[in-house]
Amino acid sequence: MSTKQKTWWWIGGIVIVVYCLFPIAWILSLSFKTTADLANKQFLPSTWTWENYSTILTGTASDLFLPALRNSFGICLIATFISCVLSMFAAYAIARLDFPGKKLILGTALAVAIFPVISIVTPLFNLWRQIGLYDTWPGLIIPYLSLTLPISIWTMSAFFREIPWEMEQAAQVDGATTWQAFRKVIVPLAAPGVFTTAIIAFFIAWNDFAYGISLTSTSRARPVPAALGLFSGASQFQDPTGAIAAAAVIVTIPVVVLVLIFQRRIVAGLTNGAVKG
Amino acid sequence: MTQTTLPPVEKTQPVSSPRGSISDRSRAERKLGWLLAGPAFLVMLLVTAYPIVQAVYYSLFSYRLTDPENRSFEGLGNYWVILTDAVWWQSILVTVIITVITVAVELVLGFALAMVMAKALSSIRPVVRAAILIPYAVITVVSAFAWAFAFRISTGFVNSWFAWLPGVSETTDWFGGQASSLFVICIAEIWKTTPFISLLLLAGLAQVPDVLQEAAKVDGATAWQRLWKVTIPNMKAAIMVALLFRTLDAFRIFDSIFIMTAGANNTESVSFLAYRQTISRVEIGLGSAVSVLLFLSVVLIAFSFIKGFRVDLAQARGER
Repeated sequence: MSTKQKTWWWIGGIVIVVYCLFPIAWILSLSFKTTADLANKQFLPSTWTWENYSTILTGTASDLFLPALRNSFGICLIATFISCVLSMFAAYAIARLDFPGKKLILGTALAVAIFPVISIVTPLFNLWRQIGLYDTWPGLIIPYLSLTLPISIWTMSAFFREIPWEMEQAAQVDGATTWQAFRKVIVPLAAPGVFTTAIIAFFIAWNDFAYGISLTSTSRARPVPAALGLFSGASQFQDPTGAIAAAAVIVTIPVVVLVLIFQRRIVAGLTNGAVKG
Repeated sequence: MTQTTLPPVEKTQPVSSPRGSISDRSRAERKLGWLLAGPAFLVMLLVTAYPIVQAVYYSLFSYRLTDPENRSFEGLGNYWVILTDAVWWQSILVTVIITVITVAVELVLGFALAMVMAKALSSIRPVVRAAILIPYAVITVVSAFAWAFAFRISTGFVNSWFAWLPGVSETTDWFGGQASSLFVICIAEIWKTTPFISLLLLAGLAQVPDVLQEAAKVDGATAWQRLWKVTIPNMKAAIMVALLFRTLDAFRIFDSIFIMTAGANNTESVSFLAYRQTISRVEIGLGSAVSVLLFLSVVLIAFSFIKGFRVDLAQARGER
């Protein structure tokens, strides 16, 4: 490549980075604005303040935000864990065993993945009210599985297919017991796939809004996105913009950290399941 | 429990074991396979198939939560009410407009992004890759808020930055009309989901054999010709998969609309209509009917993609 071409690809790369980070930078800047500054029509605050963060963490909005944060973490982690365990078994069967119905399972996962969330919300709303799951953690964990399971099954089967399973036998030939062969050979090979799948599943659960807003009514189970969506009505005397921005920044931090640490694996996970033949 | 879902045994021979009768070993393997994969399969069915069947059932009744005594069987009455109501067709129109615009822009933009990432020098590639994952990982609600605040008169900077454009001034109310609201909604959606498309396309791009590119180059093809005659035809599968997934995803749009306009100025999507009927108006019967219609639309889109464009999902799943 000539120097001129190189420069162009460099510029292209920088444009992409700016494109991706711009709205994040904006909401970050917004979260540091004072109430008077919100309408300054500028990108950056004229005076920087932590005021919005103290509002949501210790101040008037904290009883809305903190329980929501706890709910989000709890519900998403449990849903991620359940779907990872279930899909670990399923993916092992799909990758290693020869049985009819493999296509049926993958096809079902595909169908569930494209299922419109709102279509499930209506019947669940009524059912959960009748059986007492409305506005509870399990009431969200169960429907979250419809979001996390299909992608987990796909991603993990794609990962498991690439594991050189012969190494298990090789280890046994060399004198390892079945358990040792599994523990020392297969687990280290499979762990990255399981881990990556968990991250992607967590992102998807963390992102949910439709279930969160429809199947909860109080801070007992309401997750952060739903709480953010309802923030506006919370404090009548104050413009909620700054508080929303600060809360948005806080819930974005975990995903940004995960992305920065595991970017290579996440990309592999996202594309393996979907495109590679 | 899972045994009930077993497909009819041995009428159709599995392709991968072509040698006639089934041995004990393969029978044991089959059993183990369903034992391991069964629970996941069952949970998937329980959390989707069961609710949709329930929704079909509810949709046949006139049933309002605040007035449960007066629940009455309506047959297809709810569907008739919906399909003859302008509100439904308006929401379909909005949903189709958003889907077509966002998917078209995302495909072109995503392709450009993928090209840059493929060519980007190794020194900046990790930075670009991390950046591109951020819109994907950010919560849709957060992205919707960011864009809404940017465009809103009271908090935004867009009006003052772009006041030099014709039609934009300090007092332009982006959320005051249908077209401008949809424009902002589309921007937010495009920002959020283009990176995902570009990653899928990048993976497709990597499958285009270099030899073909070189051969075309030697034969004197221009860069533009190579793009259209070599690159794109060779990654058709990846493009189709990205297109299918994004179309279905865009058609379900809900979060951004809820946050940015809450359906004001005729910006209600089908999902939002279903939500409003069910949760806000507690019209379980009508809401269920809208949900069922939404589900049928998604099935129709998926079906026409798979038949019409011959999207090979087996390949997409990595099942050769």
